[in-house]
Amino acid sequence: MTRKTSLGGKLYTVLIFIFLYAPIAVLILFSFNSGKSTAVFEGFSLHWYEELFRDAATLAAFKNSVIIAVVSSIISTVMGTAAATAIFGYKNKLLKTSVMTTTNIPMMNPEIVTGIAMMLLFVFIGGVLGKTGTLGFTTLIIAHVTFELPYVILNVLPKLKQTDAHLAEAAQDLGCTPFQAFYKVVLPAIMPGIISGLMMAFTLSIDDFIISYFVSGPSSQTLPIRIFSMTKKKVTPDLYALSTLIFLVILVLLIVSNVVASRGDKKLAKKGGAK
Amino acid sequence: MKNKSSLMTRLAGAPYIVWAIIFIIVPLCMVAYYAFTDKSGAFTFDNMLDIGKYTDTIVLSVWLGLLATVICLVIAYPLAMIMANKGPKKQSTMTMIIMLPMWMNFLLRTYSWMTILEDNGLLTTTINSVVDGINKLTQWGIEPIHLINTRGAVVLGMVYNFLPYMILPIYTVMLKSDRSLIEAAQDLGGNKFDVFKNVTVPLSVPGVVSGFTMVFVPSVSTFYISQKLGGTGTTLIGDIIETQFQTAYNYNLGASLSFVLMILIFICLAVMNKFSDDDGGVVI
Amino acid sequence: MMKRFFSVLFSIILLALSVVPCFAGDKKDYSHLRGTTLNVYNWGEYISDGAEGSLDVNKEFEKRYGITVNYSNYESNENMYNKLQSGGANYDVIIPSDYMIAKLIEEDMLAELDFSNIPNYKNVMEKYRGLYYDPENKYTVPYTVGMVGLIYNAKMVEEAPDSWGALWDERYKGEILMFNNPRDAFGVAQCYLGQSINTENLEDWDKAIEALKEQNHLVSSYVMDEVFNKMENGEAALAPYYAGDFLTMYDVNPDLAFVYPKEGVNFFVDAMCVPKNAENKEAAELYINFMLEDEVAVANANYICYASPHANVLESDDYDLKGDPVLYPDEENTPRTEMFENLDYETQNYMNMLWNELKIEGNSNIDAYIGLSTSLVLVVVYFVYKFIKKKRREAMY
Repeated sequence: MTRKTSLGGKLYTVLIFIFLYAPIAVLILFSFNSGKSTAVFEGFSLHWYEELFRDAATLAAFKNSVIIAVVSSIISTVMGTAAATAIFGYKNKLLKTSVMTTTNIPMMNPEIVTGIAMMLLFVFIGGVLGKTGTLGFTTLIIAHVTFELPYVILNVLPKLKQTDAHLAEAAQDLGCTPFQAFYKVVLPAIMPGIISGLMMAFTLSIDDFIISYFVSGPSSQTLPIRIFSMTKKKVTPDLYALSTLIFLVILVLLIVSNVVASRGDKKLAKKGGAK
Repeated sequence: MKNKSSLMTRLAGAPYIVWAIIFIIVPLCMVAYYAFTDKSGAFTFDNMLDIGKYTDTIVLSVWLGLLATVICLVIAYPLAMIMANKGPKKQSTMTMIIMLPMWMNFLLRTYSWMTILEDNGLLTTTINSVVDGINKLTQWGIEPIHLINTRGAVVLGMVYNFLPYMILPIYTVMLKSDRSLIEAAQDLGGNKFDVFKNVTVPLSVPGVVSGFTMVFVPSVSTFYISQKLGGTGTTLIGDIIETQFQTAYNYNLGASLSFVLMILIFICLAVMNKFSDDDGGVVI
Repeated sequence: MMKRFFSVLFSIILLALSVVPCFAGDKKDYSHLRGTTLNVYNWGEYISDGAEGSLDVNKEFEKRYGITVNYSNYESNENMYNKLQSGGANYDVIIPSDYMIAKLIEEDMLAELDFSNIPNYKNVMEKYRGLYYDPENKYTVPYTVGMVGLIYNAKMVEEAPDSWGALWDERYKGEILMFNNPRDAFGVAQCYLGQSINTENLEDWDKAIEALKEQNHLVSSYVMDEVFNKMENGEAALAPYYAGDFLTMYDVNPDLAFVYPKEGVNFFVDAMCVPKNAENKEAAELYINFMLEDEVAVANANYICYASPHANVLESDDYDLKGDPVLYPDEENTPRTEMFENLDYETQNYMNMLWNELKIEGNSNIDAYIGLSTSLVLVVVYFVYKFIKKKRREAMY
């Protein structure tokens, strides 16, 4: 059913792709600059990659980012899945809409407002308890879980809707406890939604700057915050080296996940064909 | 039996509800609280009245955000159409190509534009050498261009950063919408433009609305893009808020500005949703 | 550059040699601090960080004492004060400037130092002790000193400037950078206008903001450490900044030049302090003491290029900038200087208010209003059109 794209269409696509990739190409090019400059290319070298790997603060920030992303995405996936099943089961219409509206707030609100709202809460609580230094790992994880939750819920809910509601009942009639019924019947059915929710939560967390910027403390700098403070200073090409590495990692991950997904599709197609 | 399971699902939702109240609702109340109190915690309207001074800034932010969103829409729509017409394999490759830059930290992407747009950057020097050549051949005397620290640069930064958020939702909706409708319209003798206007566009409205939201909201509230690519005269509402919380230590003013920003965005989104409701009615 | 590399290498060797006797010489036992963390909050580009073979001061400290250093940066005194005041974050060592120290002491936010943990304080030159902000030397240990001056790109200006007036010169429209913090920016304007930078007469501040607003359309952007890349890449012709940073930029771009404007400049001292809510005060004092060790102080002075208040640095053969005319001008070339003092609250608030006004100056542009109202009208027209169409259709059925 596909139609041939006209020449103009092809040209247009290529132009947009150039627009999307030009800045990244510039970053990658200058990461190999032998000079200090970020504007004049003086020659090829891997010098800035060495500098990057000697930069303890950046490595520590990367570690923090990964820890926070793993912890927060797991918490939000577990809590979000439970919440989605509960929301799906709500009979009370008012309750359902009010919970869903609340869930939508962090997605609709500008990130800067979410960030400062959280910061105000933490600082206020700290003030009430007479404690200083409230901002740190814990507050970062709380904030990340909060903005990830809606995405998990919205990934799981549609899968629940697709699942046959009678399946769980049938399982219970056959002697399963409600928990067993959920675990053995519902959970496998909604697994794809949970996994895509988890992945989305993880990537959102790793990439978040604005919210983290307001709720992080001195010992919990994440990679985006580190990048921010690097661009606030004298910028040397080691920042570019960092971006090149990030780009490569994402590229590999995307290709791998794409290959895996298309293989899965093929398998499914085969199965379907066998039937 | 039935009761037991419904009790369980209720319990499963409890942690989330508690969490949502403490970390979604209460923080927004904190913003309101700070917006309507002074430093000592006494109730006041002063912060809100102060906002009158920032009318220019708010108007500018909304205007630049709107401009960026519309440009994104104009660029993204044809691309989404082209993509939706490709074979599945090409589609997934193209989706990947569009998503890849989105996953790179936006700070890095913005910073890269800064180096490109600078007076000694790649783009400006190239264009200016061409301009120079023309000037030498002719007597036109075109002024050399200047890109960085302008409003145009800020809008460019917004378009660049948020373009994928416009392409992907429109593309997804087009993909999901029933192809046969378009074909039926063509079979019924509609010319290309009529089919586009009466079938393709109305069908894609939900995608446009969600794309609009995903581009407009971060554009209006940005501070990094305007700080890096803009200069004097491009201070946006996000910059002012950020300054109040990061350097000026005036949480009350910052909170009241955030409060206004939030309400403004909710109004815009409500208007946007009205669009999709209306058009939904037209299709059916 | 090569010379600098060797001297740094030499100082590393020296330091490695000095580690052993240092341990033997330490009277106090600090082993109980092993495994603790220390939060250091400093300006950007303000410590020797191991780049290009220089000494990595924080790493060296960690290695010697087994204390983990959490090092983060701020870009202005106000930025630092904000973080500290919010109570959200605890820091153990901060390095604010003179007027900010006075403010912090006044607000009872600094802890008194235990100088028995800082024996190297003896290295601090007499003339930098007991300054107005800390007359009894209870809270602070000077880290660097310096002056603000005018950096310019000799290739981009028509004649070498000698006055702050160059920053108001129409010829350099769009090629001027300005401080992105209220105190320094007003300081420049006040020097230019011949006012005291510590005036508490609000009319003076009105005149200063007039000058800054007048300058606004000439300024390409308000910057702090972004100034490095912009000046090094020739993006701007003129920028007021700290003298020491000029030397760092000059290293990359030799077209740059520096002048102390004739109207006078701000003289500042940045000193190490410990906030009252510090969680690891003893380690903080250990860190301050470490920073005053000869080798570390020389490495820092070589790296950050600010003038040093450390007596032994000025004597050291490893110090690259010994007698540098920019950092240590002779009496004849020393400009008229004034130090920032802490302003009273009314003036501070007034200044902050004016600063906000300056930042949104030039935002009022008629096109934004026209554009936005046009789109509003379009939206309204659209809805009215839809509504009429709907009514008509209903009427038809």
